[in-house]
Amino acid sequence: METLERILAQHPFFEGLEPEYLKLLVGCASNVRFDADAYLFRQGEEANQFYLLRHGRVAIEMCEPQCRPVRVETLEKDDVLGWSWLVAPHFWRSDGRAVEMTRAIALDGKCLRTKCEQNHDLGYELLKRFMRILEQRLQSTRMQLLDVYATHR
Amino acid sequence: MPLIAEEIEGKAGVSDPMLPQACRVAEIVKETQDTFTLTLEPREGESLARFAPGQFSMLYVFGVGELPISISGDPERSGRLVYTVRSVGQATHALVSRGPGEWVGVRGPFGTAWPLDEARGKDVLIVAGGIGLAPLRPVIYHILRHRDDFVRLLVLYGARAPHDLLFRKELTSWSRTPDTQVLTTVDYGGVAWHGRVGVVTTLFRHLRLHPDQTVAMICGPEIMMRFVISELREIRGIDAGRIYLSMERNMKCGVGLCGHCQYGPYFICRDGPVFPYARLQHLLERHEL
Amino acid sequence: MPTAEPVRRVAGCEALERLIPALEDRGYQVVGPVMREGAIVYDRLSKLDDLPAGWTDEQEPARYRLRRREDGALFGYRVGPECWKKFLHPPEVRLFQVHRANGNFRIIEEAAPAPRYAFLGVRACELAAIEAQDDVLAEGRFADPIYSNRRRQSFLIAVHCTESVPTCFCASMNTGPRARGGFDLALTEVFDRGHHLFVIEAGSSEGAEVLEGMDTRPAPPELCRQADEAVARAASQTRSVETEGLHELLTDRFDHPRWDDVAKRCLTCGNCTMVCPTCFCTTIEDTSDVTGAHAERWRKWDSCFTQALSYIHGGSVRPSVKSRYRQWMTHKLASWTDQFGGTGCVGCGRCITWCPAGIDITEEARAIRDGNRVAATPFTEDDDGNT
Repeated sequence: METLERILAQHPFFEGLEPEYLKLLVGCASNVRFDADAYLFRQGEEANQFYLLRHGRVAIEMCEPQCRPVRVETLEKDDVLGWSWLVAPHFWRSDGRAVEMTRAIALDGKCLRTKCEQNHDLGYELLKRFMRILEQRLQSTRMQLLDVYATHR
Repeated sequence: MPLIAEEIEGKAGVSDPMLPQACRVAEIVKETQDTFTLTLEPREGESLARFAPGQFSMLYVFGVGELPISISGDPERSGRLVYTVRSVGQATHALVSRGPGEWVGVRGPFGTAWPLDEARGKDVLIVAGGIGLAPLRPVIYHILRHRDDFVRLLVLYGARAPHDLLFRKELTSWSRTPDTQVLTTVDYGGVAWHGRVGVVTTLFRHLRLHPDQTVAMICGPEIMMRFVISELREIRGIDAGRIYLSMERNMKCGVGLCGHCQYGPYFICRDGPVFPYARLQHLLERHEL
Repeated sequence: MPTAEPVRRVAGCEALERLIPALEDRGYQVVGPVMREGAIVYDRLSKLDDLPAGWTDEQEPARYRLRRREDGALFGYRVGPECWKKFLHPPEVRLFQVHRANGNFRIIEEAAPAPRYAFLGVRACELAAIEAQDDVLAEGRFADPIYSNRRRQSFLIAVHCTESVPTCFCASMNTGPRARGGFDLALTEVFDRGHHLFVIEAGSSEGAEVLEGMDTRPAPPELCRQADEAVARAASQTRSVETEGLHELLTDRFDHPRWDDVAKRCLTCGNCTMVCPTCFCTTIEDTSDVTGAHAERWRKWDSCFTQALSYIHGGSVRPSVKSRYRQWMTHKLASWTDQFGGTGCVGCGRCITWCPAGIDITEEARAIRDGNRVAATPFTEDDDGNT
């Protein structure tokens, strides 16, 4: 627990967060580990967690109709993974699969959601941070959508 | 703006810049499904002009046409010129269809060079997208040959999909040299791909940059270069004066006479293809320039 | 005032008649204005009679007509659809041939020597245009040998204009109507009490040599004054371009709504680029015969109004009419200065005369400067589709 507190306190994502909120987060945190090829979450499942990756690599996968999965993004050490827990109706929108052995800190989103409803200041702090993540992911996705390396005929 | 290129005198044995020098294809290597690397050698008794990294040649396929292609080989290996060509149309298809022993006409080298002088004593940040790694490869070769003249070598490379990545073996071997980081990514991959997926700007978060000690050289689709420059300037704190990019336009003569490659006040063949970003700052945001 | 006035002589038509064979004796092909198919164009001259004596031109936007003069002036018209670039920077020229045989690839250079032209009747605006093309084609890091050789061997006989047409604006572009230099000989045509005379000055040592071989006498001051006054009258022109700060204006106002307006009128026919004496764009065509043994490379005039000019893998960089008109006009009046100094526009007015839509570069420049969004030229349609 002590280690978890230090890790969260030093992580740039939580920079500027009130110490009492940090303590709250630590209370919702645990260490987790995934073997290579293991799924962290699957599309359609209830989204009740988010992860702070510590080691390894996770791919966001989406299935084509014939179910050949396409990896649309990878995340690794120090990246934050998972925003669906914060956005109703709280379902994972894609699969998350460990590309290699991955260690992470899992945070209990279900518990945090309740706390955010009770404490809007906490809610705002978390939403602010996740908005930034979403903005980056949206920009990147748009650039991928432009398919800049394709040959246009 | 260093112009090593200007010190390099014209094509050996050919006085008129519009006359091609006949060269033989010594080797042709398939890099990806649509991209090939050609090695050209001069005729018996002739020599090839030296080039500076960033320059291009006009390559002529008998009776078909001519194209501007960046030189992608080692500037210090004389006696050969290496080009990495992506087959996208009739002329490029004809070029990559040349077999060993066949003839290709060469004019050049033309254009401006990457700022190797400016980069001495600094970290060199190379950001390439797709075929854009080809015009930057000569820079990497130069740095590896003169390793003590530079500090860190940082290579960020993005391609469409895993099978489109160029020079994979070299990327791996470069990453193993001291004080070098090579990070690659693709726009999408399959489950067999264990590397990174995401646009090339997502690679920056893995670097610890010293903005005042870095010279950035960027090459790829124009829109990708704009995104990279935004990231460099707005988020990574690198000054406009330390950023260089390579531009592309239609070319017919390659020597500033036919008017095709004009970009605002510049002729890409003569004032580029390598430009300091500061010079193009207000042009890049213009549509249909 | 120059410190040394050039010595001016005066001659009649007979002396001018003998000038043509004298130039031929010096190895020149004499070319100059001739009338053909209702226009005054440039072609071979073998005698003075070939000139369109007694003819003049009427020029307006999208209008060019010839009509008879009351006198027999040899040079009583302005510039037509052709310009001297037809000779110096030819519309089509072969650059080399290639033979392929027995695995061998041989380039055969063009052996024919460059023609030596004497241009009779070069207007001040045309001299300025030739100098502008010199900057592009002969004075860059890579000079074009075709242009350079022809240019170096050319002999220029200028004519100072004594009348202008409404499409002329050389005065505001500071290129005319008086030719200030760059010629070997210059003429002013005058009628003095019924005598058809030419005041002549030399502008080079070769010009002085040729002048010496002509039957001339010193030009009386009164005649010179008459000639100069006629030229000065040609400087009062109805059209003009305000060049002060124009470079910045055009460079900055890239998104000015006027560009959208002119795009509605422009047909991208490229006439302006064909008639413009400074336009220099060319394209390269590589061909081969059916046996595959013989190939040629040709250079041909091109125009920035084509989509093909800016084509790179997948599409044209300038697909819209707006972007192509803007490219042409800003190049002519602004970026040319960055590239070569001076301007690419010499005020000859050809683009105005020969544009089928009557687009007037002077009006467009004024509109961009003044911020006028919509044109008021004859051929604009209003919102209901009425002209």
